[in-house]
Amino acid sequence: MENILEVQNLVKNYGDFQAVKGISFSIKDGEIFSLLGPNGAGKTTTISMLSTLYAPTSGDATIAGHSITKDAMGVRNAIGVVPQDLALYEDLSARENLIFWGQMYGLSGASLKNRVEEVLNQIGLVDKAKDRVKTYSGGMKRRVNIGVGLLHKPKLLFMDEPTVGIDPQSRRAILDTVKDLNKQGMTVLYTTHYMEEAEELSNRVGIIDHGRLIAIGTQKELTRQVGESETLILHIGENEDPEALVTAFKGIKGVLEANAIDHEISVVTPSAADVMAPVVTKANERGIKIHSIDIREPNLEAVFLHLTGRALRD
Amino acid sequence: MLKTLLIGIKDVKLAFRDRAALIFMLLAPFLLTLGMGLVTGRFSGGNSTGISDIPVVIVNLDEGELGQALVDTFNSEELADLVEPSPGTSPEAARQLVEDDKAAAAIIIPMGFTRSVIPQTGDFDNGSEPEVLQIELYANPTRPTSAGIVKSILDEFMSRIEEGSVSGQVSIMQLLISGRISPQDAEAAGQEMTEKLQNAPDDDTLAIALNTSTADGAEVDFDILAYLAPGMALMFLMFTVSYGGRSILAEKAQGTLPRLLVSPTNSTQILGGKVFGIFLTGAAQMFILIGGTSLLFQLKWGDPLGVIVLVLAAVFGATGWGMIITALAQTPAQVGSVGSALMLIFGILGGSFIQLDQMPAYVQAISRITPNSWALDGFTTLALGGTLAALSTPVTALLTMGGILFVASVILFGRKNLAQK
Ligand SMILES: Nc1ncnc2c1ncn2[C@@H]1O[C@H](COP(=O)(O)OP(=O)(O)O)[C@@H](O)[C@H]1O
Ligand SMILES: [Mg+2]
Repeated sequence: MENILEVQNLVKNYGDFQAVKGISFSIKDGEIFSLLGPNGAGKTTTISMLSTLYAPTSGDATIAGHSITKDAMGVRNAIGVVPQDLALYEDLSARENLIFWGQMYGLSGASLKNRVEEVLNQIGLVDKAKDRVKTYSGGMKRRVNIGVGLLHKPKLLFMDEPTVGIDPQSRRAILDTVKDLNKQGMTVLYTTHYMEEAEELSNRVGIIDHGRLIAIGTQKELTRQVGESETLILHIGENEDPEALVTAFKGIKGVLEANAIDHEISVVTPSAADVMAPVVTKANERGIKIHSIDIREPNLEAVFLHLTGRALRD
Repeated sequence: MLKTLLIGIKDVKLAFRDRAALIFMLLAPFLLTLGMGLVTGRFSGGNSTGISDIPVVIVNLDEGELGQALVDTFNSEELADLVEPSPGTSPEAARQLVEDDKAAAAIIIPMGFTRSVIPQTGDFDNGSEPEVLQIELYANPTRPTSAGIVKSILDEFMSRIEEGSVSGQVSIMQLLISGRISPQDAEAAGQEMTEKLQNAPDDDTLAIALNTSTADGAEVDFDILAYLAPGMALMFLMFTVSYGGRSILAEKAQGTLPRLLVSPTNSTQILGGKVFGIFLTGAAQMFILIGGTSLLFQLKWGDPLGVIVLVLAAVFGATGWGMIITALAQTPAQVGSVGSALMLIFGILGGSFIQLDQMPAYVQAISRITPNSWALDGFTTLALGGTLAALSTPVTALLTMGGILFVASVILFGRKNLAQK
C-alpha cells in the first residue's frame, strides 16, 4: 500500500522550548494511525504542523504527494481537520456551520446541500440541525466539530483528541463514526491519551512523549516489547487500603510489578494462573474483600509504563 | 473573492444575532436621538437648537428700506439669542472674517437692492427688464449648522418680501406697521409696487434670488434632529467597527480563525472577508438607523444619493479605525475597551454632543481625525439641501482616512501571528 503521509524529522520550537524533537513516521493509505501520549507530549503541535497551521522549525512532511512547507494549498485540499478544541460559530445552527465551512472548502450549489445533509445524518443531528450550536450539549458540539472536517471527503482526516470531556454515549458514537469513516476508505490520524481508544481503533500506534516518538508499530509489535507478561486487575472495596496490599503482592514470587490506582490494583506477571491463588490468600489474610478480578493481555498502558516508567495518565 | 464575500456575510449574520451588539448598534443610538430630541424640544413644537450667538457679518450697501429691514431683522429681539450680528465695512473684509473663521457667515446686501425690488417710476422707461439684485450669503464651510441657520433666516426674510411684492398692499402695511418703511414713503412704495406688478410679464421675474456660496438648496428649515440623529448614529458606528475588529481576535481565540487557515482559503481572503464584514455591518446599521428615523421622526436626511455615498465613505473611514485598534491590541477584551473609549472620545470630539462651532479652534482641528466630524459636516450639508456635489470635501477626507488606516493595519497585521491561539 501507498503511504499517504510521510513525516521526516519534524521539529517545532516555541522560543527556547522544543515541543517536538524530530519525529518521523508514515501512514499507509486506508489505515487508522493513533498518536498516543500524555498531555503536553506534542500531539497537537504535530497536527498543527501537518495541517499547515504552523510552519515547522525544521523537517518536512508530504501528504498525498504535497509538501507541507512548499505546497500548503495542496495539503489543505487533501486533508480534513478536527481540532482538539471546538472551532464553531455558536450563534449559527449546525446546518449553517456546515454550509459555511463547506463553502470554505470550495463546495457550492446542490453538491454542498447534499453533502451537508449527508454529514448531518452521519453525525446524527438531522433533528437538531436548525438549532444554534450554543444550545447543544458538549457531545453534540463535538459531533458538529467532527462533521465540519468531513464535508469535502478528505483523503486524510486529522482528529485531535475528539472525545475529550464528553459523556460515554457520545464517546461511543464518535468511536463508531471513526470506524465507519475508515470503512468507507478514509485514512485517519487520531490522537489520544486514552489507551483504550488507541487499542480499539488503530491499525498502528505511535507512542509520543516529551516531543519524541518513542515507539511505533501494531499493538502486537508494541506489547511484545514488554515481554509476554499479563496483568491482573483487582477491584477492592472503597474503604480498604490498597497500599498495604500492593506491598504484600510485590513479595509474591512471579509478580513483576504491582500498582494501585484508586481502588484498582494491577499486578504484572508472566503467568496470571500461577499468582492468582497467592494474591487471593494475601487479601484474605488482611480481611480485604476482592469484588472482582480481571486478567488482561499486555496492553499499551504497560508498554508506556515499560518505556517511560510513568503511567499514561498522571 | 467569493470566499471573502461569504466570510463577510457570515459576520453580518452573527452581528445581527448578537443581542448585546444589537442594543449598541441600533437601540442605543435610536433612544439617545429620541432623548436628546425631547430635551431640545423638537417633539414639543419648539425649535430650540442648542445653538446660540452665531457670529454674522452684515455689509449693507443698499440705501433703501429693505436693506435696513434685513439688518433690523438680524438685530431684532427675537433673534438676539441666536445670532450675533456685526456690521461689516466692505464685502472683502466680511469674506475675510469668514475665511478666518471669525464668523459663521457674511451677508452682503448689494447697492440698489431695494430699488431693484421696488422700482421707482421711470426705471423701465428705456425698455429694460426689471432685474432683482441678489443678496450674497458667504458661508463658512467649517460651520455648516450655524451657516445653515443664517441661511434659513435670510430665506424667510426673502420670502416675506417676495410675498409682499406679489400682494402689494398687505405687504406695504406690514412693512409700515413693523416700522421698516416710513409713512411718507408708503404711498409711493405702494404705487410703484402695483405698477411693477402690471409691468411684469410673469411672476418669475419677481423672484428674489439668494446667492449663496455653499448650500444651494430650496427652502431650508433646519431640524435639530438632522444634526442629532447622524451624530448618534456615527458615534455608535464606532461601536460596530470595534465590535467587528474584536471578532477577528475572538475568532482567533475560539479556534475558528485557525480552522479557516487550515482550509484552502488564504489569509488575504480571510482578512478581506473580516474587513468586508465590518464594513457591511456598519453600513447596514447606518441605513437601518436612517430608515428608522425617517419613518418615525419624519426626519429628512436629504438627497438620497448623497446620503448613500456619505454613509459608505463614513463606514469606510470608521472601519479603518476598527482595523487599526484591532491590529494594535492583543486580546478581544482590549479591542472592546479601547473601542468603547474611542467611541466616546470620537463622539464628543466629533460633535455628537456639543456643536463643534462652539469649541475652541484647536479642538476643532483635532476633531478632524475623527470620521464623525467629517461625516457630520456632510450630513448637515445634506439636511440643509445640499446634494452629492457638495460632499466632495467630507467624502474625500473619509476615504483618505480609511485608506491610510487600512494600509497601516495591514502592515501591523502582517507582523501578527494569526494562527497562534
Ligand atoms: N503556543 C505555544 N507556545 C509555547 N509552548 C507551547 C505552545 N503550544 C504548546 N506548547 C507546549 O508544547 C508542549 C506540547 O504541547 P501540545 O502539542 O499541545 O501537546 P499535546 O497536544 O500532546 O497535549 C507542551 O509542553 C505545551 O505546553
Ligand atoms: Mg493536544
